[in-house]
Amino acid sequence: MFGSFIKKSRAKSPWIMHFDCGSCNGCDIEVLACLTPLYDVERFGVVNVGNPKHADVLLVTGTVNHRNKKVLKNIYDQMPEPKAVIAIGACGNTGGVFREAYNVVGGVDKVIPVDVYVPGCPAKPEAIIDGVVAGLAKFAQKVEEAK
Amino acid sequence: METLILVIIGLVGAPLAGGLLAGLDRRVTAWFQSRQGPPIMQAFYDVAKLFGKEKMVVNQWQILCAWVYLVAAAASVALFFAQGDLLLVIFVQAIGAVFLVMGALSTKSPYAQVGAQRELIQVLAYEPILVLVFVGFYMVTGSFSIEAIWAQETPLLAKMPLLYLALGYALTIKLRKSPFDFSTSHHGHQELVKGVLTEYSGPYLGLIEIAHWYETILVLGLCALFWHTNVAWMALLLAATYMLEILVDNTMARMTWRWMIKRVWLLGMGMSVVNLIWLYAG
Repeated sequence: MFGSFIKKSRAKSPWIMHFDCGSCNGCDIEVLACLTPLYDVERFGVVNVGNPKHADVLLVTGTVNHRNKKVLKNIYDQMPEPKAVIAIGACGNTGGVFREAYNVVGGVDKVIPVDVYVPGCPAKPEAIIDGVVAGLAKFAQKVEEAK
Repeated sequence: METLILVIIGLVGAPLAGGLLAGLDRRVTAWFQSRQGPPIMQAFYDVAKLFGKEKMVVNQWQILCAWVYLVAAAASVALFFAQGDLLLVIFVQAIGAVFLVMGALSTKSPYAQVGAQRELIQVLAYEPILVLVFVGFYMVTGSFSIEAIWAQETPLLAKMPLLYLALGYALTIKLRKSPFDFSTSHHGHQELVKGVLTEYSGPYLGLIEIAHWYETILVLGLCALFWHTNVAWMALLLAATYMLEILVDNTMARMTWRWMIKRVWLLGMGMSVVNLIWLYAG
């Protein structure tokens, strides 16, 4: 019984952590807009934490470059399992218009495994909320498969 | 036998009540900010999720410290419900508080280190207030045991109103609410990324959360002792006190530890001493 309550609780309490890999700040303010009273994602138990050790979902915005890829990997490694990664915006998904630049690695998935891609430039708050919900479904499935 | 039943009620009921209160707190806070807020059961979902996460620790000390914090908090609630000695209750609770700090100090993280120092300062601020409140109980009842308080005919609030206000400071610090939430706060992304709790994660963070529920109920239980004669008035007093706490949390900014020490020691202890002199003279 307790096991099934834990399983159910996972989707009900996603603590998100937000990492900006050199985004233009467009996607970042949209992420933070989700937490404002208009969208109020706290309804779904979402808490914005600043500590990878407490986080379940990692939201990444911006292009990954050679300087911050180590930081991104480090943050990802510090999150305890089960965890999910959501790439937000054109830059996070593929590198966007900067993908050809000499210092840019590309999308977030070049460095860490990504579960959900949220498109847009910037991504709409609605799309980000959708992405988090889709990410949670995926991560519940991942936990099932691991057992 | 009756004591045993009370202890079991305390051990089982306190975390349930504390968790519900935490959920209710978030709902009321959301209402203040014209949001809907999470479900009332949210605190239980959070802890259940934490128990399902990977066990990741920096060192073995953290495991011990998290467990000692939980056991000490539960034991102090059990002693409280067994109507034991108030001094014993506070000292058992203090052991837990110190172990929480030790767990944070055992890691190298600068956030945890600073958070631990601040937590120690908070303990230093609220413990004397609690002891002075107990001295007030002693001066009224002639004993440190909770049983002696229940034997009183009139509510203690009439005799120690200033001590109740001083206890409010201790409650605000213990609940980790603004303006005294600088060692760790509900909004973990601020400043110290969760301070003293930075290096705790997964199931161990869950243990600390449950211990925090126990401590919340313990301090609210102390508040309840001020109107023990009538259950309805006791409930009203607790509800009003907690609502005021949430209001203060939402309307106040965080302050520095120097500000806290000044307020709590000068105002809190000042009020306590005035009340004690009044009790002594009367």
